[in-house]
Amino acid sequence: MAGTGRAGNVTRREALIGASAAAGSLMLPGGHAWAQGAKPAELKVGIATYLSGPASVFGVPGRQTAEMLFDEINAAGGIAGIKVRPIFVDEGPGVDHVVGEYRRLVQSEGVHLIFAAISSADCIACAPLADELKRPTLLWDCGTQRIFEDNRYGYAFRTQANATPEILSALLYLLKVKPDFKSIAVINQDYAWGRDSWDIFRTAMNTLKPGVKVSAELFPRFGATDFSTEITRVLALRPDVVLSTSWGGDLDALIRQASDRKLFERATFVMPLAESSLQRVGKALPAGHIVGARGDHWFLHPSPADPERLKRFSDTYKAKYNAWPIYPCFHMAQAVSAMKAGIEKAVAAKSGGWPTDAELAAAFKGLEFPSPTASVRIREDGQGLENQLIGTTLHSEKYPFPVLTDMIVFPAESVTTPVGQKSADWLKTLTPDMVANLPQAQAFKS
Amino acid sequence: MTRRSETLLALAGAVLILVLAYAVPWLRFVLTIALAKGLAVLGILLLLRAGQVSFGHALYLALAAYTVAFGAVVVPEALLLLPAAALLAGVVGLLIGLFVVRYREIFFGMLNLALSMVFYSVLEKFYALTHGADGIRLPPVTVLGRPLAGESGEWTVLGMALVLALVCGALVRVALASPLGEALAGIKTRETRLDFMGVSPKRVLLAAYVASAVMAGLAGAIIALTTRHVTPALSYWTTSGELVFIAILGGAGSVIGPFLGAAAYELTRVYAAATFANAWQLVLGLVLLGVIVFAPGGIWGMITSRRRAA
Repeated sequence: MAGTGRAGNVTRREALIGASAAAGSLMLPGGHAWAQGAKPAELKVGIATYLSGPASVFGVPGRQTAEMLFDEINAAGGIAGIKVRPIFVDEGPGVDHVVGEYRRLVQSEGVHLIFAAISSADCIACAPLADELKRPTLLWDCGTQRIFEDNRYGYAFRTQANATPEILSALLYLLKVKPDFKSIAVINQDYAWGRDSWDIFRTAMNTLKPGVKVSAELFPRFGATDFSTEITRVLALRPDVVLSTSWGGDLDALIRQASDRKLFERATFVMPLAESSLQRVGKALPAGHIVGARGDHWFLHPSPADPERLKRFSDTYKAKYNAWPIYPCFHMAQAVSAMKAGIEKAVAAKSGGWPTDAELAAAFKGLEFPSPTASVRIREDGQGLENQLIGTTLHSEKYPFPVLTDMIVFPAESVTTPVGQKSADWLKTLTPDMVANLPQAQAFKS
Repeated sequence: MTRRSETLLALAGAVLILVLAYAVPWLRFVLTIALAKGLAVLGILLLLRAGQVSFGHALYLALAAYTVAFGAVVVPEALLLLPAAALLAGVVGLLIGLFVVRYREIFFGMLNLALSMVFYSVLEKFYALTHGADGIRLPPVTVLGRPLAGESGEWTVLGMALVLALVCGALVRVALASPLGEALAGIKTRETRLDFMGVSPKRVLLAAYVASAVMAGLAGAIIALTTRHVTPALSYWTTSGELVFIAILGGAGSVIGPFLGAAAYELTRVYAAATFANAWQLVLGLVLLGVIVFAPGGIWGMITSRRRAA
């Protein structure tokens, strides 16, 4: 490693030219996004999403949806007459990188709005930055309930639900369709989400149906490809129910291997994130298992507020990217819809004038905006109120993958922790009549 | 290169960093992280002098970062947290060092790697305490009683990183020229000779190891104060690999090398990510490959070979 490289002579000049070019481009106009109150020529939106790593199974569909919807908005003349432009940044390298990129987006690119992020860690790190840099930020996909339960922010808002309603509704559904289960095993990824989601599920289960035996708590390594140990354990223990909040490649592998070893015949699976895996695993996943979608996201939603809107969204996405939209697509659509509604509300409040950052942020508080399936309201604490849809798998000849039937759409208020309460405490106050009062299940219509 | 010109170069670099941080506000964050990583790599450089590569120094980085995150709840004073974190990293470095300095080369590297991954697992598994992969948000921190936040906070942390970089750089420069530094080089060439001279190679390596742990600790504390959010990824093996990589990129010939390498690495990464959100890893890889192929002495090697030729 000693400096003997003669080649250094040759490349130094080139290296210097390269370096100065790099430095030059980095120093392109910095400073503030726009003169407060002046109408910008273009609306720039920074979007943090996974473009690399395992979570790109969510990040890439999210980006595709954003591109599709931004194009649609621009084709229709923009928001309040201003064209919108997305600037994507990769969450793949981790929190340090995202925090640096957030600052670059605000201070160098001068974005007017930021969508952050898929990773809960990134959201936890970005929400305080939103307040510090005073840039309205929509938390578009991350799940952790900690953000608005532990803190209050003036510039950060979540345009979807959080882990508590997503997991609680899966439990309520299970209690409704299989009320007499006696034992449960859990196979979750060994990281924050896997632990957190099991915590929520267990706390609520112990309140609503005390005495269920937890046969096994299995936390295979995040990114594991082989689940033979876990499947063997569960086959031997014979629990009535198997819970897995895994996602991506982990869930795909678990479903395929459990299917090969007939585990699905012995236990009912509850998989609150499996909607995003259905099209990949296809009919390896048998009928009769419980699947969720982190919200009321399902391209065959049984009772959308505007069937035409959902159909247009799903069909356009399918035509463009050759797959049906999965939940991150819906989450992105919600963030885009919230952005549009928020800006229009702020512009209207100024009777056509352009809002400042603070005025734009204030517009998101209490904002109600349409989602592809229903509508979402942002509460005063910044948390979005989003309905939840859980269903049971069914094999239909119309699709090469399982579809959902016996779908229950849970109204957001009924499953979301009230403002000012912590999920861990609120879940302990639930009562069994919650299960009795659930909405009617709706069957698959071909 | 003479001591005087090296000092001048270091001071010029410091001024350049301040000018850049002033002219381009968002680079303050990137440059602070680069200086912190440069500090950690300075420690790696000491070990490299002895021919030993540690693939586990992220352990001390993460240890110090979590010390700051947990410590800030009790004592939110950065000027106490910083030395406390470095001290703890040093103590743990001493304990682990007593064990790992008995090994050389691949065994040394792998043992360090294993221990840092053990710490990674601890951070992930003690979920109730550490929140696992979601990490911990730092509570508000003060400097001399004044809150460390906003633009002044960014300047303060950058200033601290810069001072630490200059002080540690100077100390390592002196240490490398001292008998200790010569003994380290002796471990690389032929260790038995040291024994014959009555110098304990283990003790020499231990001293370097503890110093490197302290510097990695300082780096971790600076990173925690800058990002204000710590996650177990700090102790993952890729972070250690990054440090070794920066050492090679910057060049092992001088104490300025690590900082050149860290700045080049961070700026390339940020620039590539800004230009090609989809394929920035490819760009980063190609740039770094180019440096390795065409300048085996790293960036520092490019500068010195040019001077020699001139």
